[in-house]
Amino acid sequence: MGEESQFDAIVVGAGPAGLACAYLLAKAGKAVLVIERGDAPGAKNVTGGRIYAYALNLLDKDLLDDAAWERKVSHEEIMIIDGNRSITMDYHDPSLTEGDESLQSYTILRAVFDQWLADKAEEMGAMVVCGIRVDDLIQREGRVVGVIAGEDEMYAEIVIAADGVNSLMAQKAGLISDIKKETVGVGVKEVIELPAKTIEERFKLNQNQGSARMILGCTQGIHGGGFLYTNQESISLGCVFMPQEIVQHGKQVHDIFQELKMHPAVYPLIQDGETVEYSAHLVSEAGYRGMPAKLYKEGLLLVGDSAGLVINTGYSIRGMDLALLSGIAAARAILGESDLSQIGPAYLAELEKICLLPTMRLSVGYNQLLDIPRIYSNYPQLAIGVMQRLYKVDGQIPQNLKKQVMEAINESGLTVWQMLKDGLKGVRSI
Amino acid sequence: MSIRIMEAAELLSLNKFNIDEEQAHIVLDKEICSRCQDKPCLLVCPAVLYRLDKNGDISFDYAGCLECGTCRVMCINRGIIKWEYPRGTFGINYRYG
Ligand SMILES: Cc1cc2nc3c(=O)[nH]c(=O)nc-3n(C[C@H](O)[C@H](O)[C@H](O)COP(=O)(O)OP(=O)(O)OC[C@H]3O[C@@H](n4cnc5c(N)ncnc54)[C@H](O)[C@@H]3O)c2cc1C
Ligand code: SF4
Ligand code: SF4
Repeated sequence: MGEESQFDAIVVGAGPAGLACAYLLAKAGKAVLVIERGDAPGAKNVTGGRIYAYALNLLDKDLLDDAAWERKVSHEEIMIIDGNRSITMDYHDPSLTEGDESLQSYTILRAVFDQWLADKAEEMGAMVVCGIRVDDLIQREGRVVGVIAGEDEMYAEIVIAADGVNSLMAQKAGLISDIKKETVGVGVKEVIELPAKTIEERFKLNQNQGSARMILGCTQGIHGGGFLYTNQESISLGCVFMPQEIVQHGKQVHDIFQELKMHPAVYPLIQDGETVEYSAHLVSEAGYRGMPAKLYKEGLLLVGDSAGLVINTGYSIRGMDLALLSGIAAARAILGESDLSQIGPAYLAELEKICLLPTMRLSVGYNQLLDIPRIYSNYPQLAIGVMQRLYKVDGQIPQNLKKQVMEAINESGLTVWQMLKDGLKGVRSI
Repeated sequence: MSIRIMEAAELLSLNKFNIDEEQAHIVLDKEICSRCQDKPCLLVCPAVLYRLDKNGDISFDYAGCLECGTCRVMCINRGIIKWEYPRGTFGINYRYG
């Protein structure tokens, strides 16, 4: 510890990224302070809800024993909606819930999960202080040496910016400028309470098992999608939209989402439930392309959402596991590098080693694919149109299948040429 | 029937807030807003806190803010002259998240 430094490390933000870093630093005997603006860890945080256990296992395998999970995901589902019609695909594989714990995934609620992880970090010796908003960084000769919160100044050898997608710390350090509107989605969600038994019946689940469902075509053509996760005694139903396209569409975020609740394929799943919370949060949508050019400055590391570490493939969204990974990488860099000026480059090397940066680079293709506007309206309409024709039996002489499919293509507003181009783009990008 | 289309205000009433009566964390310049053509804030705020009053001016109430930051990102005409997270402990308090 330097003369002035009160702490070895100060972590701004008690989300998964910050807490993972604090956990490992404290475990190694470092003096770590975590500062969180919410009344408690998780009080400001919103997620869809699924976390992949491998990342927690990497942090500390003991954590898997009593993690604050809701349900273990046993059913991976995709729902496609067009108008009042829908298709649901349900992938069930016993191995999703058997065998190696670290290869499984779980639904969670953040107010519960973040508090649990913060308790674990405290058990390791980290100090977690809540209800304090960090206002600024203290910088000397281009080096970050501490943080300012209200009247207080706190100093540390290294500051970890784990303050999430709207990162004030990264801005103050000059590592990012204002958030560009093309790079974020706005997510809204309702938590709807239902008895565990009802959830298990409706989703055909065993006790403690759950389903994770992505919903395509529910955004009225806007770049985005819906999600539904089953918790122990509630359902997290939500939707993510590109705000820019909301404006072009001319309808309120709130209204589009409320309509999703009443969709004939969604309503029966949440029927008789009681909404207990309405939340909203930004989610980084740009993948590797949206990451800051630099993830560190002398005395400062960016982790988790503040570094833009989210991958959305359209069928899954990964932010929390990447947040944990980056927190682990940051801690490893800090512990392994005694020369303070070399911690930044060491952090990048750790991000490579932990496979995070390579994974981010690979995700570029998914982003290109999800940029195709037809994914949000024409293709769902096509899939539904084909189904509609396949299952229609009216006693008349059926048309041949090829003709029916062509009809569905025409109806969806697509052309075969367009589909070939999109298909090629799809194959090339992933 | 408990599941139904709900007004934003009703949804917000289910949430736990600790409102900072002394300090607004988001402040608008009404002059700039009156010159803003598109007014994206009217559509993108999930809490529907931006509304038009009877004179066609923006009215905004920071209580009920979910602190998502969408208005800040979308306000290209910069009528939002201050956007901060609420002071520590104030604002939204998610019980589920
Ligand atoms: C609707 C939605 C659905 C999603 N679904 C999934 C999913 O199913 N699976 C998945 O893996 N990811 C999902 N994500 C992404 C995931 O939630 C994030 O990537 C993840 O939470 C990032 O973690 P973090 O620790 O970097 O940041 P956060 O969890 O945002 O934590 C940042 C913390 O910093 C605090 N903070 C901020 N500023 C300050 C300040 N100035 N002073 C003090 N404290 C501060 C905040 O209060 C917060 O606690 C979803 C996101 C959204 C919005
Ligand atoms: S931060 Fe989000 S909830 Fe708050 S006013 Fe802006 S858009 Fe609305
Ligand atoms: S978008 Fe910004 S400038 Fe325009 S009306 Fe809304 S707050 Fe005012």
